[in-house]
Amino acid sequence: MSESFRLRAEEALLPSIVALLIALILGDVLILMFGESPAHVYSRMIEGAWGNPYGFAQVLYKTTTLTFAGLGIALALRAGLFNIGAEGQLAAGAFGAAIVGISLPAGTPGLVAVPLCLLGAAAGGLLTGGLPGVLKAKFGAHEVIVTIMLNFVVLALLNWLIVERLRTADTLHTPEINAGAVPRLSEFIPAFHGSAANVTFFFAIAAAIWCWWYLFRTPGGYALRATGLQPDAAEYSGIRVGRVWIKAMALGGMLAALGGTNFVLGYKHYYEDGFTGGSGFLAIAVAIVGRNHPFGVVIAAFFFATLSQGGLAIHALVPKQMVEVLQGIVILAMAAAVPEVQRALRSARKVVAA
Amino acid sequence: MNPFDFITQTLRIAVPYLFAASGGLVAERAGIVSLTLEGFMLSGAFSATLGSYYSGSAVIGVLAGAAGGLLFGLLHGIATVRFRADQVVSGIAVNLLVIGLTQVILMLLFDSSSNSPRVEGFQAGLSGFGDPLVWMGLASVPVVAFLLYRTPFGLRIQAAGEHPEAAASVGINVRFVRYVAVAISGVLAGLGGVYLALDQHQFTNNMTAGRGFIAIAAVIFGRWNPWLAGGACLLFATAETLQIQLQGVGGIPSQFIGMIPYVLTIVALAGLMGRAVAPAALGRAED
Repeated sequence: MSESFRLRAEEALLPSIVALLIALILGDVLILMFGESPAHVYSRMIEGAWGNPYGFAQVLYKTTTLTFAGLGIALALRAGLFNIGAEGQLAAGAFGAAIVGISLPAGTPGLVAVPLCLLGAAAGGLLTGGLPGVLKAKFGAHEVIVTIMLNFVVLALLNWLIVERLRTADTLHTPEINAGAVPRLSEFIPAFHGSAANVTFFFAIAAAIWCWWYLFRTPGGYALRATGLQPDAAEYSGIRVGRVWIKAMALGGMLAALGGTNFVLGYKHYYEDGFTGGSGFLAIAVAIVGRNHPFGVVIAAFFFATLSQGGLAIHALVPKQMVEVLQGIVILAMAAAVPEVQRALRSARKVVAA
Repeated sequence: MNPFDFITQTLRIAVPYLFAASGGLVAERAGIVSLTLEGFMLSGAFSATLGSYYSGSAVIGVLAGAAGGLLFGLLHGIATVRFRADQVVSGIAVNLLVIGLTQVILMLLFDSSSNSPRVEGFQAGLSGFGDPLVWMGLASVPVVAFLLYRTPFGLRIQAAGEHPEAAASVGINVRFVRYVAVAISGVLAGLGGVYLALDQHQFTNNMTAGRGFIAIAAVIFGRWNPWLAGGACLLFATAETLQIQLQGVGGIPSQFIGMIPYVLTIVALAGLMGRAVAPAALGRAED
């Protein structure tokens, strides 16, 4: 292993490890406040998430949504843009997939219907991710604020569409799709019976591989990363930064939006108001803990999915909202640890060099 | 509905926005991004409920609520100023932390996952104007305007947000100024939450319901100017009052009226109504 690789790995992994350790310690304190033993709670958590096929399959289900949304955020962050709009993009994607699935005639073969539904989802993401990109490139409108505000607009718009136009009686969801449903994993692995985990999990893995390839093996990905590192230098070297921004936001929006298919095509087969339940915000943590690397995102998504599934198993001992507290601590510790670790490593290197 | 009731209802709805937007304005003008307002408000609401519950006094509740906002203001300050954490990320973490912590502590103290017991508030009267917090909320805008434009410290805040290097070169302690600014924003936004909790005489889960983000919208739509931001709060509150009054009458769907603050903010940022320009060093750590 070369020296530079080791240094890069240290810089990439150390903040995540430090942040997780801090969260673990503060989590212990919280658990003790409830008069429970941390070891007992954590082992119950792991047990609930990984100790049985159903729990594990649910972890995979949650990993799927978080991976898509995390990739959407990470890709934009590589271009130096903070996409806080994943919550709205997830919803828009799910809605787009549902509209296509409802419009198709029943009996449309899956090989036709599924790609069309995925396109429907991507179209939702293109709109909700692309708009902030265009506003940033053309008018300099800050993407953080625009994507946050757009979340509220998209969710209100979809709520209106559901309530006034598309609702099935006494519910807040659309009719079921006629075509485009994908099989659950339990059809291949009977032990997963009852879990919502479905084939879109593999789509998420494929999306992560595609992201890696795009970012690190194509000229477009190079331009995107160069823009993220130093937009002025990128512009000077002939990269059209505005276009890169629009492309990064549009791609990020589409990736996040595809996460909505996990729910619509794989689980419920309809769009339901409020199904995202904060996944789009948790995905920000996924992207950050995954250090904006596509494979890091998959691992971080799996980690946060485990926390959330494990949280259900410990509800009898401590409130399951403790998981939200832990997530908050991880993000905060991560944000504080990144610059700190970088500085520490840099000064350590100077000492070594001297 | 007579105009007097319409105006008083609008002002009452505006109170939490005015508090939070004034607070957000102080932090943003010092260069600290205020996506934390939602968390500060919720923390203020929760702490006020605890203070009032255990003391039986609404005044103690107000003090406790201000302290709750202050606590998370300082946490955000330590993360972003001392540790130079990304301000957007820290803000999201603070919000998540407060939502989780309030629910966990609610469970711990009251064995409830949704709301606290009834607590003492102020005698608000029919119009709501017996509540001193209403007056404080209305006063927060001129107070912040005075602080920013008429005091030496206000000028330091502006310097820290526009050009921290230049500020430091003339002897201003930028870190200290930013700590104080984010602490002020925690207290003010916290008071916005206090008003909500004491007005409803209890804490309910996530009771701020996105008001902190409307307050940020008001700051931006008001182009980081306290008077304009205060005006934006009143505008958004008017839209909300209309939404409540017009419900069931038909016409514009309520969802569309609810979108007004967000759409106006996007329009303002896109420069379609004159450019909204942020403080130059907003979001940048001081070196």
